[in-house]
Amino acid sequence: MWDFPLLPEAASSTAAEVDALFWLLIGVAAFFGGIITAGLVYFNIRYRKNSKASRAGAVSEHLPLELLWSIVPLVISAGIFGWGAKLYFDMHVPPEHAREVYVVAKQWMWKIQHPQGNREINELHVPVGVPIKLVMTSQDVIHSFFVPAFRVKQDVLPGRYTTTWFEATKPGEYHLFCAEYCGTSHASMKGRVVVMKQEEFERWLAGSRLAEPMTASGDQLFRQFGCVTCHSQTSQERGPSLHGLFGSTVRLADGSTVTADERYIRESILNPGGALVAGYKPLMPTYAQQMSQEQLFQIIEYIKSLGGPQIAGERKNP
Amino acid sequence: MKTVNEDALQKNYITAAYGIRSWLLTRDHKRIALLYLISITLFFFVGGFFAVLMRLELMTPQGDLVSAETYNRLFTMHGIAMIFFFLVPSIPAVLGNFLLPMMLGARDLAFPRLNLLSWYLYMVGGAYTLYAMVTGGIDTGWTFYTPYSTGYSTTNVVPVVVGIFILGFSSILTGLNFIVTTHKMRAPGLTWFRLPLFVWSQYATSVIILLATPVLAITLALLGVERIFQVGIFDPALGGDPILFQHMFWFYSHPAVYIMVLPSMGVVSELVTCFARRRIFGYKFMAAAVMAIAVLGFLVWGHHMFVSGQSVYAGMAFSALSFFVAIPSAVKVFNWTATLHKGRIEFRTPVLYAFGFIGLFTIGGLTGLFLATLAVNVHLTDTYFVVAHFHYIMVGGAVMGYLGGIHYWWPKMTGRMYHEGWAKFSALILFVGFNLTFFPQFILGYLGMPRRYYIYPEEFQVLNVLSTAGASILGLGYIIPMIYLLWSLRKPRTAGPNPWNATGLEWLTPSPPPTHNFDKTPIVTEGPYAYEEKSANGE
Repeated sequence: MWDFPLLPEAASSTAAEVDALFWLLIGVAAFFGGIITAGLVYFNIRYRKNSKASRAGAVSEHLPLELLWSIVPLVISAGIFGWGAKLYFDMHVPPEHAREVYVVAKQWMWKIQHPQGNREINELHVPVGVPIKLVMTSQDVIHSFFVPAFRVKQDVLPGRYTTTWFEATKPGEYHLFCAEYCGTSHASMKGRVVVMKQEEFERWLAGSRLAEPMTASGDQLFRQFGCVTCHSQTSQERGPSLHGLFGSTVRLADGSTVTADERYIRESILNPGGALVAGYKPLMPTYAQQMSQEQLFQIIEYIKSLGGPQIAGERKNP
Repeated sequence: MKTVNEDALQKNYITAAYGIRSWLLTRDHKRIALLYLISITLFFFVGGFFAVLMRLELMTPQGDLVSAETYNRLFTMHGIAMIFFFLVPSIPAVLGNFLLPMMLGARDLAFPRLNLLSWYLYMVGGAYTLYAMVTGGIDTGWTFYTPYSTGYSTTNVVPVVVGIFILGFSSILTGLNFIVTTHKMRAPGLTWFRLPLFVWSQYATSVIILLATPVLAITLALLGVERIFQVGIFDPALGGDPILFQHMFWFYSHPAVYIMVLPSMGVVSELVTCFARRRIFGYKFMAAAVMAIAVLGFLVWGHHMFVSGQSVYAGMAFSALSFFVAIPSAVKVFNWTATLHKGRIEFRTPVLYAFGFIGLFTIGGLTGLFLATLAVNVHLTDTYFVVAHFHYIMVGGAVMGYLGGIHYWWPKMTGRMYHEGWAKFSALILFVGFNLTFFPQFILGYLGMPRRYYIYPEEFQVLNVLSTAGASILGLGYIIPMIYLLWSLRKPRTAGPNPWNATGLEWLTPSPPPTHNFDKTPIVTEGPYAYEEKSANGE
């Protein structure tokens, strides 16, 4: 019964730094809490009603002191803010070579798709030492993807994509929680992240593959929904070719430019008039009612497989 | 300057008239304060009852006491009852109503009828919400996040929202009343920098109430419109934006935290000075700090949304601003502590609550820094760390200050003294019970236990059992004062006009005060907290 943890496991590349910052904060809190406690206790004993301590020279205003206890906390706060902000920024920008995994959340389960075609529910298998980028969406209410051991949390919203990333550093099994209240079975919307050694992971990937790779499913959907009739490589009369699109900079009809990332492609399929490419007529119908979130991810993965921009370095991270 | 006339035959505000009509149609700010005291105490025990059931459920990792549906209603209704119907009105509507006119040397608030209307709005909103709770309840969380609240929850969302919408006008009218009263009804010689800090804190709170509450009203109205008429505002399936709801909700609900805690800070300033027999340290900094908190409090709402999907740069701006708001809070804590220096500290019940406030508010404030730190917030948000943090501020801070104030002004309000021994004992067990309840939750949060879970992995059980054990002590700490305070009403009115030998215009009147408060309008010739001068005169 008394064998219970006081600190969470640290199993990702950022966990140690988050913990370091956490301990710095504990130090700062102990320092200021200590000063206040010591002051309260000391004054209460020394200046209790019947004590004989001298009360001469009591002051009620002291500008230097006021400035001291305003400016010192301000400076310390600025330091903590800077470190926290830098790390937060890093946590938002996945490394270039990150392996992508697609997540669809719904009441009350996590549906995972690997580009290789593997699908999982409430489980996420990942290799150790490889950055994993999650592209996530919800098909109903707001959920939140939370793995305490990785110090990672990101809300998962309906109607848009959010992303996060982590790199697991220790093989093992870790809790996956939904951290944003999502209705009746919120507390049951949990699962596990299984971190495996690289070879084991490859074996798992090969052994548990029930579907074809996402690019193949996407290719099939691309023809099934008739996308190919307008977006072919040969005729670009009605719609632009999608070859080399992903990651490139697209000029829109209203003169603005946008990077063709997952969000842009999703938006273009569901709300084509909203992001019309320069030089094209608004002919494309919406596919909002026809496609499931999983199918959208498969088409995105297919479009990614058509290649990115030729110029190296132009691809930006979302 | 002394207007006290110890005339035992003089009628006070309680004995001035009898009968239910004389209470329900009263325009006396002191009677309205008592009406509020009774009403909010009722809601406090309703909210407390929900908390007891939650803590009992959480003793075991399995869901053995209540179902998921029930638990979700419990935490939602606990939050709604405690925040909207107890904490937000607590000190302003009870102590502020009773004391603000008296501290200013006025006969009543600027708009006595409006004041009575505020109470009726509170009661209508409260009754409606209670009705909605009894007939099915609501399970959205007190935060009403969309699209769950507008498109998915099958519970009484609209009735509850309507209840809170009505309640909001009660808040707004009280805030308006306090602002006008503070501007226009100060006694001769009572300049702004001679105001007690309690008045400053009520003033700052009223400004927040007046500016923020309309935004809550708009947000809840839009929520109702989307839920009833399927107009797409927040739900992406209808073309809306769920993040917009969060921005609008927190634009009220973050300042609301300061609506709850600033009045307590005002109370603590009164208590510390009185029982240390000292002028407040750094008066102008203390007054400026509450106003700074009121202003900065409007600029930090986005720190509730660091993982919501708002932009990284917005997150950085809100984080920086959140650190700024910590500075005036720190200034206040340091100044209270410095006020004790060279004082003559007498350990009576009210000041024990004040010390409890300072200790618990300090922990609550410092853990706020953890949450303001972006990368750490990512891990901690929506876990028990947040639950512990805001209970330290809102229960450890706001409720401690409220109870300290009730104990300090009880003899003024009722003319009776309570049993000092029992009062000290309950202050002590409240402090112990509170820490045992909520400190383990900081550790649970860092371990990663999400909030709003009625079942949880087994490794979290020991800390949850500790928390539940603490809650049972805490509950006792709230019930004992109920008993001895009510018991004190059986005794004769012997408290006298000024049992604590305190400064402040409210202590110039008999206890309980007559309906018109002052026989003669007092004239103020000095700043607040002139305790050293009082001591020098041998008082």
